[in-house]
Amino acid sequence: MVSPAHFVALSVILFVIGGVGVLTRRNAIVIFMSVELMLNAVNLAFVAFSRMHGNLNGQVIAFFVMVVAAAEVVVGLAILTAIFRARRSASVDDANLLKY
Amino acid sequence: MSHGTVLALGMAAETQNLAFWVLAVVSVAAALGMVLVPRAVHSAVLLAVVMLSLAVLYAELGAPFLAFVQVIVYTGAVLMLFLFVLMIVGVSARDSLVETIRGQRLAAALVGIGLFILLALIIGHAAIGPAAPSSAANSTSNLPGIATLIFTTYVFPFEVTSALLITAALGAMVLAHRERTKPKPTQRELARLRVASGRPAPLPGPGTYAQHNAVDMPALLPDGTPSELSVSPVITRRIELGIDELPVGPAQTGERAGQLETPHAPGEAQPSDNSEQHEGAPW
Repeated sequence: MVSPAHFVALSVILFVIGGVGVLTRRNAIVIFMSVELMLNAVNLAFVAFSRMHGNLNGQVIAFFVMVVAAAEVVVGLAILTAIFRARRSASVDDANLLKY
Repeated sequence: MSHGTVLALGMAAETQNLAFWVLAVVSVAAALGMVLVPRAVHSAVLLAVVMLSLAVLYAELGAPFLAFVQVIVYTGAVLMLFLFVLMIVGVSARDSLVETIRGQRLAAALVGIGLFILLALIIGHAAIGPAAPSSAANSTSNLPGIATLIFTTYVFPFEVTSALLITAALGAMVLAHRERTKPKPTQRELARLRVASGRPAPLPGPGTYAQHNAVDMPALLPDGTPSELSVSPVITRRIELGIDELPVGPAQTGERAGQLETPHAPGEAQPSDNSEQHEGAPW
């Protein structure tokens, strides 16, 4: 029988994959996608814990995480479009005007 | 009792096991692929696979409301937003596979393995019990339970959320707004320009009267000559650059086109004319 521990383990694996994606990729959009993957992994853990405890608090928290993630994506992608207009590139290496 | 709960509770244990393992393998494989594929569009599609798998897992965990929100908000809205921005930034843009910081991948892999070991140890030491027997919170309908919690215990965070959403919408509008530097051309000016350009009629659509109506197939004019103007200059450029291959050239569209192709009507090809239309394409 699959227990909540299995779901938490899957959530850990997805979280680590997302973290490695954030660290390795250069395209800002893919970095955002990796952040979304990490948020989703945490949501899965919340829902699994909610199932374990038999109450709905975890699901409500996961719902709030989704709301915040949606707001974050909107602002992040708007920043990305603004940078792309100025620099003609979505690579994080090209947004270096504040360096040094 | 909502349908999702019935579904989750009614499923036999073996079916639940099977669904979990299949979805776990699929989502981990898709997540790995998302990180590894060089094209951002492919990453977006693989991310959609992960999100849909997670939605099914939520349903299996007895959270039908979150499963639907996951499909509607994440797969429907957030991912579409990603795809829109990808279209603006350039779909064919590949991530450069050159390491700009030496040893970055190795360091990232080490950090990833370290993080995994850390989290695995924490999870291993934590006492994660079995699923609670369907208590009052789970057995009553899922949606009224969540609504009760949101509007009683979590009502203040919920109201703060509204401020966050308004701020985010305003911020996105301010950031994505582009100031108009010259006045918007009126319809009269546009009509005048169109007549002065020497081609008042719209350009022929690709594939008109040709054997296929694909976008890269030039239209045939009434005299049978293929019109290069009907093909988007972006596609022509991509074929020149070797990004796309030419499926059937304009010369091989058919015998009729091949016979009549040789004399190009004078003044037919006006490269300045069609380069105006697709100005500012990123590639």
